[in-house]
Amino acid sequence: METKNNWKAWLYLAPTLILMIIFTIYPLINTIIISFLKHYDYTKNTFAGTSFTFENYLLLFGKAGLASFQSNEIFSYDTTFVTYALVNTLIIVFVTVPASIFLSLLIAVGLNSIKWFRRTFQTIFFMPYVTNAIAIGMVFAVMFQKDFGLINLLFGINKNWIGFGASRWSAMFVLCVYIIWHALPYKILIFLSGLQGIDKQYYQAAKIDATSKVKTFRRITIPLLSPQIAYVFITSFIGAFKEYSSVVALLNNPGPNGSLDNSLLTIVYYIYNSMDNIGEMSMAAAAAVVLLIIILFFTFIQLYVSNKKVHY
Amino acid sequence: MTDLKLVLNDEKINAKQLKKVERAFKILSTFVLYLFIIFMAIIVIIPFYWMLATSLKTMGEIRASHQTFFPKALQWKNYAEALGPDSSFQFWTYLRNTLIVGFFSTVGTLFTTIFAAFAFARLNFKGKNVLFTFFLATMMIPGEMLVITNYITVSRFGWVGSDIMGAYLAMIVPFWVSVFYIYLLRQNFKQIPNELYYAAKVDGKSDWQYLWKVMVPIAMPILISIFILKLMGSWNSYVWPNLVANKEEWRLISNGLRGAFQDTSSGMIQYNLQMAGTVVVTVPLLLLFIFFRKYIMRGVSRAGLKG
Repeated sequence: METKNNWKAWLYLAPTLILMIIFTIYPLINTIIISFLKHYDYTKNTFAGTSFTFENYLLLFGKAGLASFQSNEIFSYDTTFVTYALVNTLIIVFVTVPASIFLSLLIAVGLNSIKWFRRTFQTIFFMPYVTNAIAIGMVFAVMFQKDFGLINLLFGINKNWIGFGASRWSAMFVLCVYIIWHALPYKILIFLSGLQGIDKQYYQAAKIDATSKVKTFRRITIPLLSPQIAYVFITSFIGAFKEYSSVVALLNNPGPNGSLDNSLLTIVYYIYNSMDNIGEMSMAAAAAVVLLIIILFFTFIQLYVSNKKVHY
Repeated sequence: MTDLKLVLNDEKINAKQLKKVERAFKILSTFVLYLFIIFMAIIVIIPFYWMLATSLKTMGEIRASHQTFFPKALQWKNYAEALGPDSSFQFWTYLRNTLIVGFFSTVGTLFTTIFAAFAFARLNFKGKNVLFTFFLATMMIPGEMLVITNYITVSRFGWVGSDIMGAYLAMIVPFWVSVFYIYLLRQNFKQIPNELYYAAKVDGKSDWQYLWKVMVPIAMPILISIFILKLMGSWNSYVWPNLVANKEEWRLISNGLRGAFQDTSSGMIQYNLQMAGTVVVTVPLLLLFIFFRKYIMRGVSRAGLKG
């Protein structure tokens, strides 16, 4: 009976497979190919030069003399990727991921140990998840406005956070605050469902042994929550490497000083600017391949580490 | 003997005191805990409140040097103006586009997901496990990798910059497959006992009938979760529509919102109208969350469990 299903199973899978071949497999291969072609023009399916070249990658990492790209007003190709896109993305990743995981773990443990208004707080903390990232980013932009923003009002200062003329680092600060704020609910939810899955007997045993709260947290909660922590770490790492719409939401531009200011450019922003504003598919593809390699690299490191440290 | 009694008494007092200290400590720690949670909750709520407050102020009040936490007079007319026909935010057009795109991409996804999950969970074929592992591996590919070629593909299909049908197709068809939802539904299908399948076979039911009469009804909760999450995805999608729907009247809600209420020549933003627009975009999501909380939480938290 089971073997008869063979061709039928493929029939059931056909819609998925056809769509995946067109929109996942082919693009993956094609993008890699484009990244090795100079000045690929998709409308005519042509490229400069005669064969594959590494020039797009060399250009991405600052070897400008090698190629005949002119710097146009949006990008100077020889520096933009490394000094802005790569650096900004790494800052975002290494600031927002640990900070949001730490905060959400604290909140989840707190929520798990309170009795009154637990459901109300749970609902409140989940609210940022079900909001439109663009809409709330715009609210943050209003809150951090220089002359009449809420933040300056609360702290009695007059700082230009993200307005015209604002520095890269103050804008980066606001961006990180927004990303952390927006990243909290999902992590809280995952941690909370993990915490609720921990057998109460462990805590009762710890109580009988008069184990201190800190020790209980370190010896019981963290190890038993490690699958969730590992999962959240990997997914939020990947997510932070792909940060883009938060910058658009906050600034509508890659920097506080308009569309020519690249000071908050991220890798993905670089990709979209290259393909959409400049029509330089080759550079976009090369940057996307670099992103893929970075993400795979970090994913494998984390899988390796979590296989050693995670207790299932 | 008396000595011993004394010691016992002493310990009793100590134990009592210790209990008192312990209780005081417990109350204090609960207090600190609530303080922390309330503080964080306020940080979470403030942007929502400020959005609402700003949307109900006049521009004069927003720009005033003396800021108000609560609007002096509630300016409901901001909403009429933000949603009105003269607004740069063509809400009703965006809403129509978003609902059409959201509905058709969700329905398409449900079909491919149900079929694929059924094949992986119930049927047997050569290379099943290899193919499923391969499916899961594709989830690691960043979407940006695919966007570049997909943009070229849909342009070659003639879907970019032609007409509104083209724009709809470009926003719907590439998103008809979601490996994550296939994975989610397969796990759900696998929990259905084999006995039901054999019983249906004995009754002379075909695989097709079994899928629609038995499996789909049983998996309905998770299908509803997928439906809602996917619909929310369309409401929030920004990047891809921004690339392929490059005319004002083809835009989806997020794209329309980002560019609206800004005077192109002076760069001046009408903050009160802009915030009214963001409220209008945010509230449907919050309502969806309030009414379908169970389904949304289930879909989202399922992701964190090991399969």
